Amino acid sequence: MSGDRPPDRPFPPGEYPVVVIGSGPGALQFSHALDQLGIGRATISADPSPGGMFRRLPLFQRLLSWTKPYALGDPASRVGEWYDWNSLLSDEVSLRAVMPALMDGTSSFPTRANMEENLATFVSRSGLQVRYDCAWESTRKADDGRFVLTTSDGDYTAQVVVFAVGMAEPWKPKTPGIELVPHYVEAGRVEEYAGKRVFVIGKQNSAFEVATALLPWAKQIILASPRPATLSVVEHSLAGVRARYVQPYEDAIMHNGVFMLDVKIDRIEALGAGFRVRMSRTEDAREYTYEADAAIATTGFAVPLRDLPALGVATFAQGKQPALTPWWESVSVPGIFFAGTITQAAAGLRKHGIPANSGALHGYRYNALVLARHLARTRFGMDLPRPVLAPDEVVAFLLEAATLAPELWNQRSYLAQVVSVSGEEGWRDEGIWPLADFVDSGGPDAVAITLEPDPAARLYPAVYVRKGGVVEEHLLDPDDLNEYRGSEHRSQLTSILAPLLPAGRER
Amino acid sequence: MMGRMADETADLLASLTLFADLGGPQLEAISHIFEETTFGAGERILRQGISGSNFYVVVEGEGLVKIDGVERATLSKGDFFGELSLLLGVPPNADVIARTPLRCLVLAGPDLPSFLSKYPLVMYRMLVAMARRLRAATEQHA
Repeated sequence: MSGDRPPDRPFPPGEYPVVVIGSGPGALQFSHALDQLGIGRATISADPSPGGMFRRLPLFQRLLSWTKPYALGDPASRVGEWYDWNSLLSDEVSLRAVMPALMDGTSSFPTRANMEENLATFVSRSGLQVRYDCAWESTRKADDGRFVLTTSDGDYTAQVVVFAVGMAEPWKPKTPGIELVPHYVEAGRVEEYAGKRVFVIGKQNSAFEVATALLPWAKQIILASPRPATLSVVEHSLAGVRARYVQPYEDAIMHNGVFMLDVKIDRIEALGAGFRVRMSRTEDAREYTYEADAAIATTGFAVPLRDLPALGVATFAQGKQPALTPWWESVSVPGIFFAGTITQAAAGLRKHGIPANSGALHGYRYNALVLARHLARTRFGMDLPRPVLAPDEVVAFLLEAATLAPELWNQRSYLAQVVSVSGEEGWRDEGIWPLADFVDSGGPDAVAITLEPDPAARLYPAVYVRKGGVVEEHLLDPDDLNEYRGSEHRSQLTSILAPLLPAGRER
Repeated sequence: MMGRMADETADLLASLTLFADLGGPQLEAISHIFEETTFGAGERILRQGISGSNFYVVVEGEGLVKIDGVERATLSKGDFFGELSLLLGVPPNADVIARTPLRCLVLAGPDLPSFLSKYPLVMYRMLVAMARRLRAATEQHA
């Protein structure tokens, strides 16, 4: 690609306050947030254009994340963000809600091409600068504590490095023979599976995406993994198989050419142009053999961490993800942060086992804004606005956030609206904060409000009152229509906040 | 910090007392039901008085059990925690904090009853461990 490079590429090798790596939505959102705060940065990417994995995936070209143009409010409003999971965020109104304008009404799920155009449009309109065709190659720490990134264009030095490189590396378990099986990203065109018996390893969304695409083509489809398939509508979580991919599940239940096997795959062998798969049923160890014409491993992805573990970055899940603090910083190498889908590695409180949405754009775009503000405060000494709230507006302010704030709606039990209080400064809007940090890290007297789902998927506002460094949890009543601004909730919250009020003072 | 585990983790599960009675395919299934999670030293895992917690089994590292800030016990490989609040349906009455980097297996709290029903041998092992704890506590206060 070097012959096509523009002559004046931005961010030549050198020293920068922050270096961001990547050009997918996570890197773009975070870089834009730094620009809006006035923090100097260089963003570099090995790719030739914006989009990251969306430049080629999902395999069958239709996203899982919806955009509904006809939102309750203006699509460019904060309320509109609930209904649009695919646009990047900005303080600039002209940069908001790019995706709704690209939707043609045939589906609430954009195409992959829509997504790529959405991101390219944001970059074009905002003038967001990225140095493309610049590949990160290695990492080291200089004597002064800063990081030095060696790239295909030269060395970059920064005190803070933010990796937004995605869960982009195809990953397979160490099952004997699995190296013979193409990974999801290597699967062929659907026509190539016509009349074939197809063995799909895995039962998560990518497995069901493949099965859905192959229903009109394959003779028989086997979905095999040790764990039974879980459905989003049952689990109340996007971690389950999404509703739009449930058709193969129904076909399996109806015995219509699809089978779901809960098995340990012991070995895969080549058999002519196909495969022989040996497996054991998890329930009773009964052994099976299946002969397939084709196989596809939908076994997931890992973060391409390159040499970061050698630098000391702790990992988990067999090295697939970095271990992160609630502020998305490496737990073992301060100064190395992560953005984008990798932020799912910081699980937060994960109440009732329900994960946040940090693995998807509609979750991690808020993480990016929160991280940028955190770096501004803690690394660059910036005093960010902390608007004063009148005592008699605090309850309404918090309940408004619970009812309407997109950060709370999209990152439930994970991000919280925080208001601090002190005798000197009164009540202050501290903005959006990681809930785990608020609950665990101590700090001045304050209140945090978030939305939480219970195991039955009912939503309720949860209030955390921190007084004298001790945090107490208070759960407000759910509301069937998710409206928390009425008199009952006002009354509940007023009582909860009483300990934070100076003696004898009332709102 | 959580992630799905894979087949080689079944060997790790086999080394933990809680799962010692299970065979290979069952361990494989469990390795996909639980998730792996790693906490940095000093990080809080179970939070006293905070609802919605989960069930954890320590795989590597050391943890501390604290009640009202007072250290009561230590946790190491093979120990598990979180089950009391889940079985009783109340928030935990203790904090669990990672003393060293702590690697755990985690099961979503609402899934614990069905998991124990499906794997009664694990339930039996858990019962034995809890009986030991009760006996130790009784002797301590005798």
